[in-house]
Amino acid sequence: MTDVGTLASDTLFGLPLADIWFGLVFFILGMFLFLDGFDFGIGILFATRDEKHEREQLLAAITPFWDGNEVWLVVFGGALFAAFPAVYANLFSRHYLLMFAILGALILRGLAPEMYEQREDKPWQKWWGRAFIVGSFTAPFFLGIFIANWLLGTMALITLPGVITGLMVVALTVVDGVAFLRLKTRNELRDDVRADGFRALILYLILVVLTLGVVYITAPELQSALLSPLVVGLVVVNLVLTGIYAVATSFNRYYAAFVANAGLVFTLVSIIGSLMYPYIDRVEGLTVDEAIVSTLPLNIMSIGAALLLPLIFLYFGVLYSVFSGPIKVDESY
Amino acid sequence: MGLAPFLIYFTWKDIRSDDAVYEQLRRFWTRIFAVSFATGTVTGLVLEFEFGTNFAAFSTTAGELFGGPLALEGMMAFMLEATFLGIFVFGRERVSNRLYFLSSVAVGLGTWLSAVWILIANSWMQTPRGFELAMEDGQPIVHLVDPIAAYLNPRFPWMFVHMQNAAVESVALIMAGIAAYYIFRHHIWEYPIKNIEFWETTLKIALVALVITAPLQAIHGDLYARHIVETQPQKFAAMEAIWETDSYVPEYIVAFPTSIQDLLDPRAKEIFGFGIPGGASWLASGGDPQATIQGLNEFEGPQPPVAIVFWSFRIMVALGFWFILLAFWGVYRWWRGELYGDDLLHKALMLSAPLGLLAVELGWIVTEVGRQPWVIQGVMKTNDSVSPGLTGAEATATLVGFAIVYLGLLTLYTYVIVRIIRAGPPDGDELTTTESSPPPQSEVNMDD
Repeated sequence: MTDVGTLASDTLFGLPLADIWFGLVFFILGMFLFLDGFDFGIGILFATRDEKHEREQLLAAITPFWDGNEVWLVVFGGALFAAFPAVYANLFSRHYLLMFAILGALILRGLAPEMYEQREDKPWQKWWGRAFIVGSFTAPFFLGIFIANWLLGTMALITLPGVITGLMVVALTVVDGVAFLRLKTRNELRDDVRADGFRALILYLILVVLTLGVVYITAPELQSALLSPLVVGLVVVNLVLTGIYAVATSFNRYYAAFVANAGLVFTLVSIIGSLMYPYIDRVEGLTVDEAIVSTLPLNIMSIGAALLLPLIFLYFGVLYSVFSGPIKVDESY
Repeated sequence: MGLAPFLIYFTWKDIRSDDAVYEQLRRFWTRIFAVSFATGTVTGLVLEFEFGTNFAAFSTTAGELFGGPLALEGMMAFMLEATFLGIFVFGRERVSNRLYFLSSVAVGLGTWLSAVWILIANSWMQTPRGFELAMEDGQPIVHLVDPIAAYLNPRFPWMFVHMQNAAVESVALIMAGIAAYYIFRHHIWEYPIKNIEFWETTLKIALVALVITAPLQAIHGDLYARHIVETQPQKFAAMEAIWETDSYVPEYIVAFPTSIQDLLDPRAKEIFGFGIPGGASWLASGGDPQATIQGLNEFEGPQPPVAIVFWSFRIMVALGFWFILLAFWGVYRWWRGELYGDDLLHKALMLSAPLGLLAVELGWIVTEVGRQPWVIQGVMKTNDSVSPGLTGAEATATLVGFAIVYLGLLTLYTYVIVRIIRAGPPDGDELTTTESSPPPQSEVNMDD
């Protein structure tokens, strides 16, 4: 029998680990929405580009990255399972069909670009191109529905707030995709997508206001949280960031636009987390403190995460710096 | 997992030697690896959520032990392989030799670490240790008390060695089978193939890997079976279709019930078969033909479907011995300098290309079907592990849906792999590493 000492009785350094893991789960969700978000956005922009060389640039912009980006979703599932096993079990079995819809969309999105590049002929590329667009649109859409259902504690599959949130997340991924694409391209494509970015930004603004409004009306239990200084502050920051994104995009400040876009994603996720707290599963009435795993596995996971997260940032740093700068279309294998 | 050590070796040789064939090997097998990895990512993602969607009761009960390894797999292994895969597949022109080689090692290490955590989770279900069971709100909850005993449970080392060796062996068989096809066409049909040296080198590397892994697989497979006798006697009884506890138990090579109706009946006792007297006892005890083996009738309640376990085990073992024969046959021909002349050897290698993967699947059937009715051996039954709210219609619909989707994916995957194989390795004039600097890259636009 291994002596685990105080690991089984006290949290590490007396830290509020339950709250930290709640924050971490949302941070990981934010990383997924931010990083895979531009993959989705570029997949949606794929629908607006007919020319072969433009489509190849869109694909080349994301091919080295999407696999790593998608792992944030795997880690989201794993972190929720490890830290809040009851929530993992309840939430994913409750939204059974929705989860499978998300997974199905992600299969389509991941597979389509691989397939697209296998053959040169037109019908093949036309159909896999369509599959790529459909997968890239539906994955964030269903994910948005899932997030709304989770927040509102809905049992139903599809609700009005869900659909609005889903569309808002889709608009946000296009905003994200445009910001990333403008960093990665140097030709007329860079100028062409600017208008798409503005359209998506306006749509996002409308939908985010609508979402908050619908949440306010349909979920009376969230009204006081919505009016709390923290959430109001986050909403204001989110709206200011859309302004910064618009200005930076107008003046072709590519990095500034991309950073503002990252801020948009993370403030949005923070708003959702703040609205939910202290609950993590409203249907079961579970708060963060009630749902957290026992102290020993919690401490072990916390040590693991503290050691591994810096390494993960290092990996992503290496990956993105290796592929920094403009796309080279014919580079592969 | 199986391809990773080969890719690290090809990358190393590509950087260190002037021989262009290693660049061909690296680039050709990296393409296959990339397609396999993408398919593995999208299909594997389902698994990360399936415990929650379909097995909510299991996830609630075992979350403390099961969630941790899954999360650590994501953070420690999957992140490493998925990020460095981008560099390994697309970044050759952008990075130094050193970072490129490191990327190949990172990808390989990632895939193997992934196996560590997944097999920790799985082996804990086979030989659960380091926990206490408590009832909370009418639900059994597993509490972790000894993480080292739980994670390094008795089954884990057996599973890890057997699985990783099997992965390398299966890939060696696939490589040898594909190479044999081209060598057969070139040397025996005399239908000249471009890059024949590439396929000859592939065959030799595959044979070296096979002659190492195939005997090892049988040796620790035998020890592994003895470990199952000690830890999961019910599974072992199903593997051998032993009904009554007995000593001097024969090892049946083949066995059938006397009537067709009993074919799938676990209680069918009348066996027509051919067995080695005392063989099973001898194997189970490590040398004593008189040893007693517990029969299935000793165990209360439902039994694993014996026919499936019995036959999967037999076919897997038979394949294992066939691979050993194949390995020594190939190496013998090579030693005699007749490697490219034996048409029967090449036919055998071609036919055996997918059999390694088949053996792996059969092994997992023995492992997972053989432990039924338990999802966690001795702790929780599979029937009790499903999501309480899940309707049969939903589960059936998604199962059928996924069966169709996965079958479609398998078809597409096979189609793409066959295309890559038919296209063959990149030609000599497309290669880049031979001393001089790489050809200038045509960037999309240089005006920035």
